[in-house]
Amino acid sequence: MSAPSRRRPGPAAVAAKGRLRANGWLIARRTAQAAFLALFLTGPLFGVWITKGTLAASETLGVLPLTDPLVLAQSLLAGHAPETAAVIGAILVLGAYALLRGRLYCSWVCPINPVTDAAAALRRRLGLKEGTALNRRLRHMVLAAVLLASLVTGVVVWEAVNPVTLLHRSLVFGSLAAGGLVWTVVAAIFLFDLAVAPRGWCGHLCPVGAFYARVGRFGTVAVAAPRRAACDHCMDCYQVCPEPHVIAPALRDTGTDVIHSPDCTACGRCIDVCPHDVFALGLHRPRLPAAGTPVGATALRQGDPS
Amino acid sequence: MSASPEGPGRRRVLAAAAAVCGTGFLALLLGRVAAPSRTLAATALRPPGALAEADFLAACVRCGLCVRDCPYDTLRLADLADAAATGTPYFVAREIPCEMCEDIPCVAACPTGALTKTLTRIDDARMGSAVLVGHETCLNVLGLRCDVCYRVCPLIDTAIRLEMRHNERTGRHAHLIPVVDTDVCTGCGKCEKSCVLEEAAIKVLPADLARGRLGDHYRLGWKEQERAGKPLVDGIIDLPDRGYVPPSLNGEFRP
Repeated sequence: MSAPSRRRPGPAAVAAKGRLRANGWLIARRTAQAAFLALFLTGPLFGVWITKGTLAASETLGVLPLTDPLVLAQSLLAGHAPETAAVIGAILVLGAYALLRGRLYCSWVCPINPVTDAAAALRRRLGLKEGTALNRRLRHMVLAAVLLASLVTGVVVWEAVNPVTLLHRSLVFGSLAAGGLVWTVVAAIFLFDLAVAPRGWCGHLCPVGAFYARVGRFGTVAVAAPRRAACDHCMDCYQVCPEPHVIAPALRDTGTDVIHSPDCTACGRCIDVCPHDVFALGLHRPRLPAAGTPVGATALRQGDPS
Repeated sequence: MSASPEGPGRRRVLAAAAAVCGTGFLALLLGRVAAPSRTLAATALRPPGALAEADFLAACVRCGLCVRDCPYDTLRLADLADAAATGTPYFVAREIPCEMCEDIPCVAACPTGALTKTLTRIDDARMGSAVLVGHETCLNVLGLRCDVCYRVCPLIDTAIRLEMRHNERTGRHAHLIPVVDTDVCTGCGKCEKSCVLEEAAIKVLPADLARGRLGDHYRLGWKEQERAGKPLVDGIIDLPDRGYVPPSLNGEFRP
């Protein structure tokens, strides 16, 4: 009837490594996402205030300010000179992600990630292979449009529609539980990823991810394929990877086995589903641009349009 | 690099042009969606110290820290398609008015200065301005002594005072009309909250709605004269007045 369907990723790894190790990084990531949310929720739920605010800007234990640098960048472009607390917060966040890996935010912190992961999982379960192939550079266009619109209109533009902070805010301030409208945005993203474009939101459109990818291009946390000789090309990692174009260079026989692409979110799902333990997450020396090469040029060459 | 007109060079230029146009259109759409004119309802008041709305929307990062530090749960964070721009703080006077804390914790909490720290005395806050809208329904206008808005006003006798007028209907009583001084009113909303009517006869509106605005070219003659220290027009011929001249003018009329 249809083309022979690919095997589902996961069972082979479970058979080889056991259920726990075949889901270790996924469990760690969901735990981290829940923990980051819990920091904000202990206050409103139990009166124990750890972190106040939202992902846009927050204050932890009354001393540590953290600010989303993309939100602050929009505010700056819109013509506001922010006070020091916000600036310090943004520098701390920028520094951390620049040092580690920008898109760690996407897979370890962002509350939209479980939504799009669920859509991708359901796609695999249903064997849905059809879908609109969006250009992965679209998110850079969206990012440019967000910054341009902030500059022209003098408004922090993306925060009017940003699903990441919409969802986080409505979870933390309770409006989602009270029947707010935000669930419609979340449902729309889920359905978009499920039925229209696979990994459409996080992998192709979200300017927050595009921004953090830029920030963390020379970060040190990376997935590598140190045991790539053991790879039997079962393609399980490609199926689960939210940015599958980043894997191929590391699996080739030549060149570095480290996934340097800034698109990689270091979610570690490839490590989980690989039955042969090809991949590992660790610290690596960042690949700095060769002298004389403009940063933008490397970015363009790295960017895979698929 | 191909030199042929159909070659990859041309294709790349077209693709780049399309990307730039697409970015522009997207920016236009985003700008429209987030435009300030579409977002603030007249019932939504900004916290004390908020910059003017256009500047506020550039400065507020929508973190909610002011909302968290409001001790009276006055402030709330706008949800999607709410009365104010998504994620920005506002309050509705008729529901929970501002209690005008001396230490202004909401301003202290703001990390960006969208609520400006130049506000140090809460009495200097201008969250909006009270307006007596119910000229037919206000109990004091009807001749009763309700006075509630006047009594609850934190700046009683300055922001709201009672102005005595003759009650023409009875001929022997007084109306005590609540009158708001928009130069003093902070817009805390306590008057609107406590108005006893089904629909408040006194309402706090955002300052730009509550106050009129003169054209920039308007000059008030008496103020100009005061500033100049002399009449602005020299040599006005004072013709003899005909008809009734009030005795208070001693038979003289000065323009």
